[in-house]
Amino acid sequence: MQIPVEKKREMLWTMILSRAFSDTLSELCKTQGRVPGMMILSTGQEAVGSGVCAALLPEDVIVTNHRSHSHLLAKGADPRALMAEIYCKSTGCNKGKSGTLHLAVPEVNAPCTSTVVGAGLPLAVGQAFAQQYREERRVTVCFFGDGAADEGSFHEALNLASLWRLPVIFVCENNLYAGAQRYEEHTRTRHVADRAEGYAIPGEVVDGNDVLAVYASLTKSRQRALAGEGPTLLECKTYRCHGHSESDPQHYQPEEEIRSWRGKCPIPRLSDNLLAEGRITRDEIREMQAKAEAMVRDAVSFAEASPYPLAEEALEDVWAD
Amino acid sequence: MQQLGMGQAVNQALREEMRRNSEVFIAGEGVGVGIHVNPMFPTTGLLEEFGSKRVRDTPVSEAAIAGLAVGAAEAGLRPVVEIMFNPFITLASDMIVNHAAKLRYLSGGKSSFPLVIRVKTGAGFGAGCQHSHNLEAWLAHCPGLKVVMPATPADAKGLLKSAIRDDNPVIFIEDMMLYFAPGPVPEEEYLTPIGKADVKRPGGDVSLVTWGNMLGVAFKAAERLAQEGVEVEVVDLRSLVPLDTETILESVRKTGRLVVLHEATRTGGFAGEVSAVVMEHAFGELKAPLRRVTGPDIPVPASPTLERFYIPDEEQVVTAVREIL
Ligand SMILES: Cc1ncc(C[n+]2csc(CCOP(=O)(O)OP(=O)(O)O)c2C)c(N)n1
Repeated sequence: MQIPVEKKREMLWTMILSRAFSDTLSELCKTQGRVPGMMILSTGQEAVGSGVCAALLPEDVIVTNHRSHSHLLAKGADPRALMAEIYCKSTGCNKGKSGTLHLAVPEVNAPCTSTVVGAGLPLAVGQAFAQQYREERRVTVCFFGDGAADEGSFHEALNLASLWRLPVIFVCENNLYAGAQRYEEHTRTRHVADRAEGYAIPGEVVDGNDVLAVYASLTKSRQRALAGEGPTLLECKTYRCHGHSESDPQHYQPEEEIRSWRGKCPIPRLSDNLLAEGRITRDEIREMQAKAEAMVRDAVSFAEASPYPLAEEALEDVWAD
Repeated sequence: MQQLGMGQAVNQALREEMRRNSEVFIAGEGVGVGIHVNPMFPTTGLLEEFGSKRVRDTPVSEAAIAGLAVGAAEAGLRPVVEIMFNPFITLASDMIVNHAAKLRYLSGGKSSFPLVIRVKTGAGFGAGCQHSHNLEAWLAHCPGLKVVMPATPADAKGLLKSAIRDDNPVIFIEDMMLYFAPGPVPEEEYLTPIGKADVKRPGGDVSLVTWGNMLGVAFKAAERLAQEGVEVEVVDLRSLVPLDTETILESVRKTGRLVVLHEATRTGGFAGEVSAVVMEHAFGELKAPLRRVTGPDIPVPASPTLERFYIPDEEQVVTAVREIL
């Protein structure tokens, strides 16, 4: 597949931005109490969100999970609003109600984020059903982990989406771990994608650290969905370079494994490719990095300068009037 | 006496019961190899002692975890399974509500289901409403389930041991905030009876009925009120089902005043049940209307300022008591 160079540069940019975002949060977490709550990052997994979202149009919907930052940034969410929400400030995209675990950004069509593992798949079925019902030309993507494929919701959602040929793409971000359990300790299915066969939909395994491969697969499955042929299960093989959360000491992840996967980092993989093709210069890459770091610094300053919500605001937003 | 957090007390109870009875096994997400290797957590070290036959890490599959417990219990084992956070019990609720609670009845009393479902609960760690949601009243609304919610490490240990030996399904709810609050736990073996409330602080002016993590708030309020010469009797329910109505009524008949305190939200909360019991049986002895101090009717928000607003504090309890004095 021919991928326009502008698309490739866009993907490089969103990956670099996501990495700057997660590296900064990882640093901030080292100071106890600076950022409240759990901190769940996708360091090393950026190619999945970037490749998927680059293949989507703004009107396409994403449904994401607890590990959402890179998906949302790639979908175009404002880093300031995200960072402020992660800080639980009143200027955050969810006014401090959510914090980092269920960041919802309807403005960029990321309206239903859940930290309940596996919940995203049925929610995505609903979003895709509405798109089909209204005969809209757009699709829904659901991001979930390999662990989520063990929940009943995964199976029910795939079956229903297949039955009704809904325009949904289930993107499994297989980072080899679900909590402290390595993939083969929680399932014997060789690939999550193999489960597609049971529901009579295509299942595809993609190198999740190859952003161009992710983009190409998503483009294909999106066309299929728009043509009324139904859902696809796309499994992106990647690796969780950090612990489950930043307080996880990774005692169960072999050091050699972490090292080897860090060597497969998706960012240099794309930038080297672009350099080799003469589509970008080293200076331009450095500029991108500097710009991303500045944006994230700005987001942090914004978040830190923002007030916490007033206590009574807790009572707001329960009901639609 | 040894000082243990509630997680450590649970850990001791599990160890003792697993040593005592080879039919006891545990299962859940990360109960063997978990993310954290923390001596304050309930299942730390159990895999090392009992091996992977009896300490089962499961996939992220709550329905299967609960179903495993129900099926295995009928077959004669004594499962103690863990649901990581209270809101995730919704994924297991068919197995718990429609099966653990009902299959004995449906069998005409022929089968029994000696299982324990341990659930971590509580607000206060900034994770928001999909991790923090106290659902004890939902569970108490299902005949066939015993519901236990300890407030101290010593009670947690004794109650869990009783729960494991009980021939009925027991939902055992642990507030995570209590994992890090050490308290005295007897060294010698003991059981704490399920269905028996405990007067944690005697007093003659007002009965303050509570359970779980709110016991600490109750104590703080009682101490402040004591400085004003108001003697609060703190009744820790420990079990919601079966409910020790006798101890509640005895206290209320003595004081003539009732405040019920829980962290869960208000509407449909278990304070309603406690209040109804008192109204039915001790209306004539009440000197004032009762009061409820509860979380407001909202999901638990993540932001620290909002979450603090959600969690009932001693100020609210003191105010409620003053209102009915
Ligand atoms: C229903 C439910 N059960 C358990 C959890 C606790 N939990 C949070 S993330 C996680 C592991 C999920 O693994 P996976 O789906 O592979 O996603 P990853 O974290 O690797 O991105 C677990 C068990 C949860 N959030 N929801």
